[in-house]
Amino acid sequence: MAAQAVEVTENASSVTLGPAVGLSCRECGERFPLGPIFACASCFGPLEVAYELPDGDPEQLRKQIEAGPHNIWRYAPLLPVPADVAEKPNLNPGFTKLVKADNLARELGVTGGLYVKDDSGNPTHSFKDRVVAIAVEAARAFGFTTLSCSSTGNLAGAVGAAARRAGFRSCVFIPHDLEAGKVVMAAVYGGDLVGIEGNYDDVNRFCSELIGDPLGEGWGFVNVNLRPYYGEGSKTLAYEICEQLGWELPDQIVIPVASGSQLTKIDKGLKELIALGLVEEKPYRIYGAQAEGCSPVSTAFKAGHDVVRPQKPDTIAKSLAIGNPADGPYVLDIARRTGGAVEDVNDEQVVDAIKLLARTEGIFAETAGGVTVGVTKKLLEEGLLDPTLSTVILNTGDGLKTLDAVAPTTGPTATIRPSLDAFRSAGLAS
Amino acid sequence: MSVKVRIPTILRTYTGGDSEVTAEGGTLSEVITDLEKNHQGIAARVLDDAGKLRRFVNVYVNDDDVRFEQGLETLTPDGAGVSIIPAVAGGC
Repeated sequence: MAAQAVEVTENASSVTLGPAVGLSCRECGERFPLGPIFACASCFGPLEVAYELPDGDPEQLRKQIEAGPHNIWRYAPLLPVPADVAEKPNLNPGFTKLVKADNLARELGVTGGLYVKDDSGNPTHSFKDRVVAIAVEAARAFGFTTLSCSSTGNLAGAVGAAARRAGFRSCVFIPHDLEAGKVVMAAVYGGDLVGIEGNYDDVNRFCSELIGDPLGEGWGFVNVNLRPYYGEGSKTLAYEICEQLGWELPDQIVIPVASGSQLTKIDKGLKELIALGLVEEKPYRIYGAQAEGCSPVSTAFKAGHDVVRPQKPDTIAKSLAIGNPADGPYVLDIARRTGGAVEDVNDEQVVDAIKLLARTEGIFAETAGGVTVGVTKKLLEEGLLDPTLSTVILNTGDGLKTLDAVAPTTGPTATIRPSLDAFRSAGLAS
Repeated sequence: MSVKVRIPTILRTYTGGDSEVTAEGGTLSEVITDLEKNHQGIAARVLDDAGKLRRFVNVYVNDDDVRFEQGLETLTPDGAGVSIIPAVAGGC
């Protein structure tokens, strides 16, 4: 078994994935050739993609990007994908709307400009399509035939759909008690969907064991053995936000935190844009948002710790219910380095925030979006978020997937007979 | 006390490719010491310089994450299953 695993890696070292030149350990810096590996053999640290990024005229690169397709492949020169990626069968996610949220800004007292990056507009209605699109290209390069993942729901749907489009078999794993909308969305694409009796951390542990077993041979787990590539997809959120702001960095970004990967990759993306000269360098602050019922990172942040103690999740924000977040320590580092913070809100505040965003901007967010909006409000009240600075909030998924969260307190204003008299009597005429 | 230890792919160079080995010990700490006796070098991969579990290593005794139990002092009953798993998996 071990010999086979090594063989895959050695074969993989000959693959070409655009500007990617290898993998490097975030902890100890050890380098590895490109391959389906995710943890450092020396220290278990997470591996991430190392690049030789374009070093030419930034103006040329900017023009090249702007002339590219209206999806994440416009940034292909900055991603671990082959140069002809746009020609391959993929869901082509990204370039979602950056909504100037003036109504919400008025309600929250933000004067410096408030924006919602609305990733519910992706093909399977969450930001997961971005990361999966990159993982699909890595899976293709490494010769995998089955795509898999551990998922809190959104990822299962994204993998199921992308696998069908790209011609892979899929078999995805979820906690058995997810929201009905997410289960249906994960199952409808026809791949195998397996409910595991346990929470997300149990699912994740199961997948980590499967990947090391002959049963999992030939499987590309997008967020396990393809995780270094997969995570890079979140950089495109940073690229898009800056391009849509006219190639400018926002002053503040509020990002939901589950494993923390998305937040760390957005920071990486912003740093790359600065290094490439595509945006002018200025300070920016990154804020993390968690649900109180699963808040290992915000708890560590507020206690001043640099180690994240795992928790057993209990929150309606199931897409953020990761009690043992792999990138938690890096979220702490980034929030502290940039002058941001990590905060949490309770389930009632999550529901209120979903309704606030819907009522003010016509955007129906899933519970993770409610967490982010709720935390934004709380950070403003606590004086930790500056209302005079430009601020971007991420909505990472569609409210239709988590109807259960708002259904008990949301419904028709009235039910009446089909007559004008009844309408008048209901007091709805003005 | 004899326990079965599941070895992740990246540590199998120390176990001759075996994905599961047996070890002796009444606590996780003793199990790791015994593993080191038979598979020299493995302890330094799992523990940091201060002798604590590395922050990117998850260890389970049966179904329980030892961080929710007593860490390295978690009891390992006879016949228990111990899983060593890289922590850098999952999530978004």
